[in-house]
Amino acid sequence: MKKYILTSTLAALLTLGGFSAPALAGLEYVVVENAWSRASIGMNRPGAAYMTIRNTGDEPVTLIGLTTPLAMMPEIHETKTNAEGVSSMSPAGEIAIAPGESVALEPGGLHAMLMRLQEPMTEGDTFPLTLLFDDGGEVTVEVPILGIAARGPED
Amino acid sequence: MRRRAILGYGAAGVGAVALMLFVGWWQVDGPGGPEPVGQRPVALTEMDFRLTDHEGNAVGPETLIGRPTMAFFGFTYCPDVCPTTLSDISGWLDDLGDEADEMNVVFITVDPERDTVETMAEYVGYFHPGIRGWTGPEEQIARVADGFRATYERVPTESGDYTMNHTASVFLFAASGRFVTMIDYHEPREFAVPKIRRALAEEMEGAT
Ligand SMILES: [Cu+2]
Repeated sequence: MKKYILTSTLAALLTLGGFSAPALAGLEYVVVENAWSRASIGMNRPGAAYMTIRNTGDEPVTLIGLTTPLAMMPEIHETKTNAEGVSSMSPAGEIAIAPGESVALEPGGLHAMLMRLQEPMTEGDTFPLTLLFDDGGEVTVEVPILGIAARGPED
Repeated sequence: MRRRAILGYGAAGVGAVALMLFVGWWQVDGPGGPEPVGQRPVALTEMDFRLTDHEGNAVGPETLIGRPTMAFFGFTYCPDVCPTTLSDISGWLDDLGDEADEMNVVFITVDPERDTVETMAEYVGYFHPGIRGWTGPEEQIARVADGFRATYERVPTESGDYTMNHTASVFLFAASGRFVTMIDYHEPREFAVPKIRRALAEEMEGAT
């Protein structure tokens, strides 16, 4: 635990110092890359956020949940498209990431589903999203909000 | 002797059961049965539905005939697949350039309860200007989906809301109204533009 707090503090200091490193926070062996989300129309619709979560450590990690001040009910969901081309979406449960592996949250697959928005998601803004792991560790990333028609982190 | 006869009857019995099973299969799941969901859409000329576009105009299958058509089912409350597909379609239309102007592109809602004409107008406004949004009464949505052999289903969510499962494929029709092909969600999206071009070219040949 001490290690997490230390890295969090370090990350906070770096952020304060104007060094915005979205991949640096909390659990030092969990690296989050290419986080992005789309602007919302108002607050009634759920939002979605995407990213790559990389376990650079020697032990497996399990993502068990999310928190963010932006949404009352953030959850990891998975969209699946079956052989008939029908897509459906449901909570994905816990996500284990083996050492050296990464998990992609991307359109049409796993995503951070942001239900009960507390404010509209506005293009150009960012919001903090905290990933919770089974060992008590946390990683917080600043997720940029792109346009509604964005297709990826580079848009 | 007797044993052989019994065996013979037994074989005939097994044969009869097999035949019954076969007939049953033929009528229920086989070629003799009703078309299962997930089959090819019928031609636009065989469809019959009345909807309203996002500018309030009455539209139907005849609105689409005369130009090639790209159509997609979804709902504006969808956080993932629908905005992704509409962004993909917008990108394809950009790549097609002038050819895109020759096409009808329609986004048909499967959630008419929340997707009013005004909602559709705002939503399609965020994507390529060529995309039209269509909505209408529940039973007309059911008819258009039936013609496309598309499916959708309302699913309650934990938060007390609901979401919609729906066919996420993009349908391509020739100017004649004939169904050409579709782009499935799990198909590599970069293959879409050549596929659309091929669908358009096929129509040109058909016309001559
Ligand atoms: Cu979701």
